[in-house]
Amino acid sequence: MQDNPTTLSTDQPAIEVKNLVKHYEKAKFNAVDDISFSVRKGEIFGLLGPNGAGKTTTIGILTTSVLPTKGIARISGIDVPSDPMAIKERIAIVPQRSNLDQSLRAREILTFHASYHGIPKAEREARADALLAELGLADRAKDIVRRYSGGMAQRLMMARALMHSPEVLFLDEPTNSLDPQSRLFLWDRIRELNAHGVTILLTTHDMDEADQLCNRIAIMDHGKILVLDTAPELKKLIPGGTRLEVRVRKPELVTAGTDHVSSSFEDVMEKLRSIPGVIKVEEGPVGENEHEQGILNIYTEDAGSLIVPVADSLASSGIEIRDLHVAHPSLEDVFIYLTGRNLR
Amino acid sequence: MSTTTPTSTEQKQASALSKLGAPRHQRSRFEMASTAFFAILRRDLTVIGREFIAFMMQVLLQPLFFLFIFGKVLPNIGVAQSNFGSLLLPGIVALTCFTAALQGVTLPLTLDLGFGREIDDRLLSPLPTSMVVLEKILFAAIRGIIGGAVIFPLGYLILGSEFSVRSDAVGLLIGVMVLTSLAGSSVGLTIGTLIKPEQIGLMFAIILTPLLFTGCTYYPWAALGSLKWFQVITLFNPLTYGAEGLRHAMVPSIHGHTLETLGLPWVFIGLTFTIVVFTAIGIQTFRRRVIS
Repeated sequence: MQDNPTTLSTDQPAIEVKNLVKHYEKAKFNAVDDISFSVRKGEIFGLLGPNGAGKTTTIGILTTSVLPTKGIARISGIDVPSDPMAIKERIAIVPQRSNLDQSLRAREILTFHASYHGIPKAEREARADALLAELGLADRAKDIVRRYSGGMAQRLMMARALMHSPEVLFLDEPTNSLDPQSRLFLWDRIRELNAHGVTILLTTHDMDEADQLCNRIAIMDHGKILVLDTAPELKKLIPGGTRLEVRVRKPELVTAGTDHVSSSFEDVMEKLRSIPGVIKVEEGPVGENEHEQGILNIYTEDAGSLIVPVADSLASSGIEIRDLHVAHPSLEDVFIYLTGRNLR
Repeated sequence: MSTTTPTSTEQKQASALSKLGAPRHQRSRFEMASTAFFAILRRDLTVIGREFIAFMMQVLLQPLFFLFIFGKVLPNIGVAQSNFGSLLLPGIVALTCFTAALQGVTLPLTLDLGFGREIDDRLLSPLPTSMVVLEKILFAAIRGIIGGAVIFPLGYLILGSEFSVRSDAVGLLIGVMVLTSLAGSSVGLTIGTLIKPEQIGLMFAIILTPLLFTGCTYYPWAALGSLKWFQVITLFNPLTYGAEGLRHAMVPSIHGHTLETLGLPWVFIGLTFTIVVFTAIGIQTFRRRVIS
């Protein structure tokens, strides 16, 4: 876009991050390790990754509370660390954990927030009422927020963020602790906002959330962006496109005394790899209390036709099948495929 | 800069969210920052107004007991001189200004910077972080001045006939009260940003107690001539300058004899030095707490 100065203002990305690094003193690794991405105006952009991947630090840098060690962070073309005041006027953030002003009543939180941002009295009063109604908090408007439940606090923080019409809205794990109903409600609000032109950057470790909401997704791990694309494109990363997930009981002998993949289990996988049509076989991550179980992920173009040969092969190795299903790839699969680990 | 407004065809029935594209008000930086500054001050005054009785109890109870016991009871039973009350009153006013201001920063800061990070909303307002700090100092100083002012009528009730205050130095009186309060809030800022919330009890024991007793609250500085080493120690306590300044402004001359106090230039230098140094340190330590 630098090539074409006439369209610079309209094509200017809402968020621009280039070679961004954050190193905390005494830390062994960079919290954010040389990441680059840009978010177009009006886009919903997702940062997806497990806890500690660097998502919150990235948001911290973009929202002026963390100073970058190196690299560029811009919002609407403004350099974040050198002009935090101009940034604060344009952004809003809904954090992971409640940071509501506990000394104020719910409605006051909204009106004071708006007055910090210089919104005239009549306008902020009207907007507070409208947002409280919109987010289903009108009948609890006069409560001290200490009495609010987690879901209500989340919605109030959302309302607060919208009081000053931000250009860019940051949502850090917006639905992390919410019940399914509140989650869907919040998703609808996010989509509605976006439809009105607000650029949204959200972090999540919920694959479903990223899949449902985001135009583009960057998968982060250990401070780095592994891949960045739309959800359908990301899913194409999985070889073959479908996956046969087989949950098996590992033979006692094989698991005894070790958590590692034993050589004979490796043999079983080797045998599966020789089945025609199998592109890749991996051992999937299992839950904490399932050490006696094993999960085999078999990537292929047509998982359905492989059910019988896979079952036969396992039976001949003396492996007991507990569960077997055909999985259409989710972003979770992409993450597992890229890192060999579960998200949580 | 305004956000994109949807075209009328796309616009649904007027929901709250659809009104969000309202154009931003064009304001200068100074206007933006000062608006935020006074809105935050209004927030603090609203909160304190709501807890006014509790605030008064917290700030006044201890000084008033000191005034009653040392200024009324001890002279009455003949343990102290009868005019001690008039020497004590300025010290109590200074003490109240100083501690009310100090606590007015330190206590809220433990909530602001604690687990709930309640200050986030103010930090994300469009004003420099240093102005968020200056607001805290100003607000806490207002607390100190109110606390100190309330001592006068209550002191009149407690001391009765022993209550005597010069009425020809009101300007000086107010000036020293303002500076003493500002000194208290700037010291409170530095303390509040350096200690962890769980250390707050310890802080009151090891910082506040020595501060209370070495600040020339209960004795005039000039009278310490016989305890030279202690007289020197008191000069390291900002409260000394406040108490001595107020003594100068409040204690009337008895039989043509004026009370000897620390020189007024020293009072102003001591208080101003405290305000400047601790505000500067406090802004730095505050920044370190909120920006990583």
